[in-house]
Amino acid sequence: MSMPAPSSSQALLAVNGVTLQYKTPRHLVTATYRVNFSVHQGDRYVILGPSGCGKSTLLKAVGGFMSPVEGEITIRGRKIDAPGPDRMMVFQEFEQLMPWKTVFQNVLFPMKVTKKFAREDTIARANSVIEKVGLTKFKDVYPHMLSGGMKMRVAIARAMALEPDILLMDEPFAALDALTRRSMQQELLSLWDQLRFTVMFVTHSIEEAILVGSRVLVLSPHPGRVRAELDTDRLNYNNIDHVDFGAMSKRIHNLLFGEKPKQPGAKEGATA
Amino acid sequence: MQNTNTSARPEFEIEPVDSGSIGEVERPLSLFERIATNETVQRFAILVVLILVWELYARWLNNSLLFPTFTDTIGTFFRDIKNGVLINRTITSMRTLVIGYAFGLAIAAVFTTFAVASGLGTRILSTLTAMFNPLPAIALLPLALIWFGLGTPSLVFVIIHSVLWAVALNTLSGFRAVPETLRMGGRNVGLKGARYVGLILIPAAFPSILAGLKIGWAFAWRTLVAAELVFGVSSRSGGIGWYIFEARNELDTATVFSGLLTVILIGLFVESVIFRAIEARTVNLWGMQT
Ligand SMILES: Nc1ncnc2c1ncn2[C@@H]1O[C@H](COP(=O)(O)OP(=O)(O)OP(=O)(O)O)[C@@H](O)[C@H]1O
Ligand SMILES: [Mg+2]
Repeated sequence: MSMPAPSSSQALLAVNGVTLQYKTPRHLVTATYRVNFSVHQGDRYVILGPSGCGKSTLLKAVGGFMSPVEGEITIRGRKIDAPGPDRMMVFQEFEQLMPWKTVFQNVLFPMKVTKKFAREDTIARANSVIEKVGLTKFKDVYPHMLSGGMKMRVAIARAMALEPDILLMDEPFAALDALTRRSMQQELLSLWDQLRFTVMFVTHSIEEAILVGSRVLVLSPHPGRVRAELDTDRLNYNNIDHVDFGAMSKRIHNLLFGEKPKQPGAKEGATA
Repeated sequence: MQNTNTSARPEFEIEPVDSGSIGEVERPLSLFERIATNETVQRFAILVVLILVWELYARWLNNSLLFPTFTDTIGTFFRDIKNGVLINRTITSMRTLVIGYAFGLAIAAVFTTFAVASGLGTRILSTLTAMFNPLPAIALLPLALIWFGLGTPSLVFVIIHSVLWAVALNTLSGFRAVPETLRMGGRNVGLKGARYVGLILIPAAFPSILAGLKIGWAFAWRTLVAAELVFGVSSRSGGIGWYIFEARNELDTATVFSGLLTVILIGLFVESVIFRAIEARTVNLWGMQT
């Protein structure tokens, strides 16, 4: 799998000084503080950070479900102020498919509602994307008869079929077992190889961030602030045993857990 | 590393056997298996046992004024069906019931629409349901008689009251329980307003809505029969309640039983045929309820 660097021509998504807050009747929680970053066309942009640092909140804000109290988020230069089908979300929960629709109908639904494609095309598109995630046999099955991993694949297929400007995935593989997780990561990468979509991907696994991502944004513990943005495009399954991989993993580990950056390949054994 | 004696056990690998030789991996159930587990069949068997007990007890008691036999009751039942009395009474009751039920549902739909649209609407509806839900519909009958006089409008009024709050309450709590991810999924593709309610909220809350419809139906049917018993006396074309009331006045217990039987049969039919069919095509199929 060779992955050329994404064309860094122009930012697709720009996040400028974004502060996000939750107001509950008793508290005001600042989830992220003055976050800046930009996602380019074709990026596999990973947001990595400790639990509770505001990764999901950030993704929800990009999705348009929350508006920043400070700063702004723009997509193709246009300010984001509401949810829209140009930014399709894949949620962390398995139960995001509509239980009253079959796999096929679930995939078809966003295309039907948004009328983005001609009616005749939608059926062919749905079929082809279901085939890509390997669920053709389960096309006419209702979601309650699928395993967790299969539901996740349907959710990804559904989002992908609409060809959004950017695909937003919130820890899509976090709840999967290690084996399924590994194969889903590989599937996502090979789909990306075919289609070259732009994806924003939240995780709190360092390894997953390096494997899946082409760029990794590291956030500080709560409230989330940007700690670093790293280029991990060259690191993938083929060099998972290479020293560079270990070094990157160690570097991110140190960024996350607040130790002073050390010389890669120092004496102590790396805890990858 | 501890060195335990587990290493003394040999390792092994086995090629999986061809799944064809396992035999029954998957097969459709046989006709008998399907019949024995069929809910309608089981219900029918229960019914037969109940009828047997009834017949034996009534024969033993041997007092047709207190407790007529099943055969007497069924005889009267078929006699009155043949001469059209029971059919007419049932049609009269059903007509009132359907009107009341339909109005009740329509008003419940309006209320819940307001309730989902705003927080104020939600609070208005929950206050109203908290106030009126515990109020027995029959208790409103005297008031209905003053407002609407004797006849169908009064009946429709009390039926609306018995349907409305149960359906509205269930629908609203169903809407509230729709998972956040499904809501966000709907908004993500740009659904708003009526389309959002129709395409996301209603199907997602369908198990609760259906439960509300069932409770509403049972309340309405009960209220109607009771109300007819109270004042069917002076209306010319009485319903099933009036049929029972009349028979009681003439101490014709077999006819009273035949009227009760009709009430039960209609109840069973609606519950186990109509609602079962709706459930099988919706919530059971979707795995939202088993
Ligand atoms: N609905 C909410 N109301 C109030 N506070 C919230 C809400 N959701 C999240 N928060 C707070 O905002 C902060 C960030 O939450 P968020 O869910 O974005 O974290 P996260 O980085 O996605 O964590 P995780 O990796 O565990 O999913 C947390 O401190 C959390 O307590
Ligand atoms: Mg999260």
